[in-house]
Amino acid sequence: MSEVATKEQRTADLKGVGCPRKRTEDARFIQGRGQYVDDVKLPGMLHGELVRSPHAHARIKSIDASAALALPGVKAVLTAADLKPLGLHYMPTLAGDVQAVLADEKVLYQNQEVAFVIAEDRFVAADAADLVEVEYEDLPPLVDPFHAMDDDAPVLREDIQYKTDGAHGARRHANHIFTWEVGDKDRTDGSFADAEVTVKELITYQRVHPSPLETCAIVASMDKIRESLTIYGTFQAPHVVRTVAALLSGVPEHKIHVIAPDIGGGFGNKVGVYPGYVCAIVASIVLGTPVKWVESRMENLSTTAFARDYHMTAELAATKDGKITGLRAHVLADHGAFDACADPSKFPAGFFNICTGAYDIPTAHVTVDGVYTNKAPGGVAYRCSFRVTEASYMIERIVDVLAQKLGMDPAELRIKNFIQPHQFPYQQCLGWEYDSGDYPTAMTKMMQAVDYDGLRREQAEKRAAFERGETRELMGVGISFFTEIVGAGPTRNCDILGIGMFDSCEIRIHPTGAAIARLGTKSQGQGHETTYAQILATEIGLGADDIMIEEGDTDTAPYGLGTYGSRSTPVAGAAAARVGRKIREKAQKIAAHLLEVAPDDLEFDVDRFVAKGLPEKQKTMKEIAWAAYNDLPEGMEPGLEAVDYYDPPNMTYPFGAYLCVLDIDVDTGQSKVRRFYALDDCGTRINPMIIEGQVHGGLTEAFGIAMGQEITYDAMGNVMGASFMDFFLPTAVETPRWETDYTETPSPHHPIGAKGVGESPNVGGVSAFSNAVNDAFAHTGIGHIQMPHDYWRTWKAAERAGHAQGPDQSN
Amino acid sequence: MSEKIRVTLTVNGRQVDTLVPPRLLLIHLLREELSLTGAHIGCETSHCGACTVDIDGRSVKSCTLFAVQADGGAVTTVEGLAAADGTLHPLQEGFRELHGLQCGYCTPGMLMRAYRLLQENPQPSEDEIRWGLSGNLCRCTGYQNIVKAVQYAADRMAETKEAAE
Repeated sequence: MSEVATKEQRTADLKGVGCPRKRTEDARFIQGRGQYVDDVKLPGMLHGELVRSPHAHARIKSIDASAALALPGVKAVLTAADLKPLGLHYMPTLAGDVQAVLADEKVLYQNQEVAFVIAEDRFVAADAADLVEVEYEDLPPLVDPFHAMDDDAPVLREDIQYKTDGAHGARRHANHIFTWEVGDKDRTDGSFADAEVTVKELITYQRVHPSPLETCAIVASMDKIRESLTIYGTFQAPHVVRTVAALLSGVPEHKIHVIAPDIGGGFGNKVGVYPGYVCAIVASIVLGTPVKWVESRMENLSTTAFARDYHMTAELAATKDGKITGLRAHVLADHGAFDACADPSKFPAGFFNICTGAYDIPTAHVTVDGVYTNKAPGGVAYRCSFRVTEASYMIERIVDVLAQKLGMDPAELRIKNFIQPHQFPYQQCLGWEYDSGDYPTAMTKMMQAVDYDGLRREQAEKRAAFERGETRELMGVGISFFTEIVGAGPTRNCDILGIGMFDSCEIRIHPTGAAIARLGTKSQGQGHETTYAQILATEIGLGADDIMIEEGDTDTAPYGLGTYGSRSTPVAGAAAARVGRKIREKAQKIAAHLLEVAPDDLEFDVDRFVAKGLPEKQKTMKEIAWAAYNDLPEGMEPGLEAVDYYDPPNMTYPFGAYLCVLDIDVDTGQSKVRRFYALDDCGTRINPMIIEGQVHGGLTEAFGIAMGQEITYDAMGNVMGASFMDFFLPTAVETPRWETDYTETPSPHHPIGAKGVGESPNVGGVSAFSNAVNDAFAHTGIGHIQMPHDYWRTWKAAERAGHAQGPDQSN
Repeated sequence: MSEKIRVTLTVNGRQVDTLVPPRLLLIHLLREELSLTGAHIGCETSHCGACTVDIDGRSVKSCTLFAVQADGGAVTTVEGLAAADGTLHPLQEGFRELHGLQCGYCTPGMLMRAYRLLQENPQPSEDEIRWGLSGNLCRCTGYQNIVKAVQYAADRMAETKEAAE
């Protein structure tokens, strides 16, 4: 017998869980060989272009496509009138509403889809779209959500004007979508009545956009002879798209083949089904040729899936020594013209009821009103679980407001109210069961790493120097201690369009011990091809390099609900671990047969089974894989394959302690982030390199959101932030340097203890930046400063604080 | 509009002689006509840099340059970055080793800009790298590992140069 390598060496060779394995997907990306939707070229492919409304609210009086149709190369122009007989002028949304595919009689937001031109190339299609004449009659636009339910507010949705019952209960106004209520109202009101101290603040989380670098795109290809429909698209959830396409088109689901190739970032933007997709599919079915539609950047920013737009009135009740006794919140949610939020069906406000955060708050009461306005529909989770970043921002901001009122240090106030390690699993007062956490340890580690007390001393000195006129800078220290709720989710309460939010993994191990595994999720840059192989490698004992991971092809992958809400690791990652255990179970029986021992006499040793007490009797997994095809125990099925559909028993609850230090020039409003420290606890760490990369990326998005991103509308409903000139995406120059750190508290219910990390930095980061800006002005008494904290708003804050003057007048 | 214009250029060392509509953008010539789909379209307004290629020693955003403007030029795209024998450029190696990419959409443009930056300034400081890449947006990485990847490549290239001397 040849000498067996040490256990450590064999473990390292697997490149399994815990290994900072280099990414397998990189080889194609660094050589320009990625395959994105716009790279798909099919014979005879036509191109679609949407005609869009210049008005936010108007009646369509007529559409004349004759000039467009006369242009050489134009094949067809679709309008609502063409889709109506097919019942496709409206499509169902994920939130139980309907959305116009092409505007039917009215337009409800600027750039709404009015007609779809199909031509032989993208240039002719664009020319023809300009030639479609649409006559409009202006209607008064509704832009301010606070006036959506006024008695004299214009009625936006005439299609459901008199519908008093919505998907989520009673509607009390034509522009009202739902009211969602959770918690104990009486007890919470009581906590406020008895409180020694209360605070209340309107905290707005502005409308932003995920803005992946690749816009949304589709190629639909109907083969009339085979009666089959192939769809390439930028889909974060390809199987759901297949089911929706079957329900809408009438093409049976087994004849629809959805392929999500490489995706250039998603961040929630590519969860939904958009009018452009439906138009391309209809056009392909009607014309019998492939049709491609690719969004422009302006279309992406102004029409597909915005995020946030939550106006949160938050209140805390507390004792005067800083123990929080109650939380009350009312949210006004601006959903735009159609309710196209991407949330599990039963959660119209997502998981907003995670809003008690990391704190042991005995009672809370929350209401959310969703309203229609003349703005683009959406309301997706922009790199966060459903409405979690809104909830986290609200609690982290209002805790700081309370600290200020109490004259307490915000770190001390947080520590005083933390859920303690012995309280897990923790029954939260709004219904969730937090799986695991050790908040004090994470907080202490963060405070020591940054020398928190030293920072506060420095801040006090700097403020004194400011008072003496020696500096024009104010220093802010922002803390964020966030708790996420990710990994949706248990099918008992989580579904999308009635399909439970399980996920899946299937593996086929070939005779040589090389394998292919397929999952129901879809990477958009998270590195699934690398990390899933690591989970499987550790569970099965075959090297990660020998396991190919494939996602995004509905003909081959098992059904899954896709990638968003940090659900890939908690749900599909769990399925991968369980599929590995199924393989190991069979492998153990095969090994026992080969070694002529009882299965129970064998133990698993990294990459092989060894007979207990007889180390010379062993079979490697590669040997077992070979035997699975030719030398099996009596009666056992040949092959080494398994599939697992995993319905998680609970969500996972990653958490973290972040700190931001910045300096603000009161004369220009400019802020400079001097330090950003992020400690994340995502449970078991599968690939530390990828985790760090996810944290860097999420923090950069959080920086963009907190410090500048906003999709605004003027009084006429014109969208003001629809290009990269107006919508802030940080470059390498303004992006801060990131320091990352971690603690590791495994999830008790996940097969390998992993919780998911991709979204934590976005959720936690925004609060840290915003708290830092607010902290810089905390001593001035100007109150809460709304995001985004761009230089102009920050300068206005300095002005309110009485500090903003030109340098020449500073004396 | 329909009258086509002849353009002659080299792309990754290969001679290209073709007729193009006057309004055709270089990115479309590369992607549609020549099937070089490495360069991507992210904004069509010169902000994101996903379409960056190298022309005659300069970084160019090919989404806002007409193909006819590249007439007579020598174009290098990400497909031409590795050596003819397939050996990766130190930048490609650096991006892979230091996790300088995630979704991969900005990567070809980022690599081509970094390639030119290191020609202009073989030993850039961190700040110089950040300024040098500021015309290229990345939504995934937060830039920190991209900066490290460029530093890695600069070091490798300096070592190779030293060894040659």
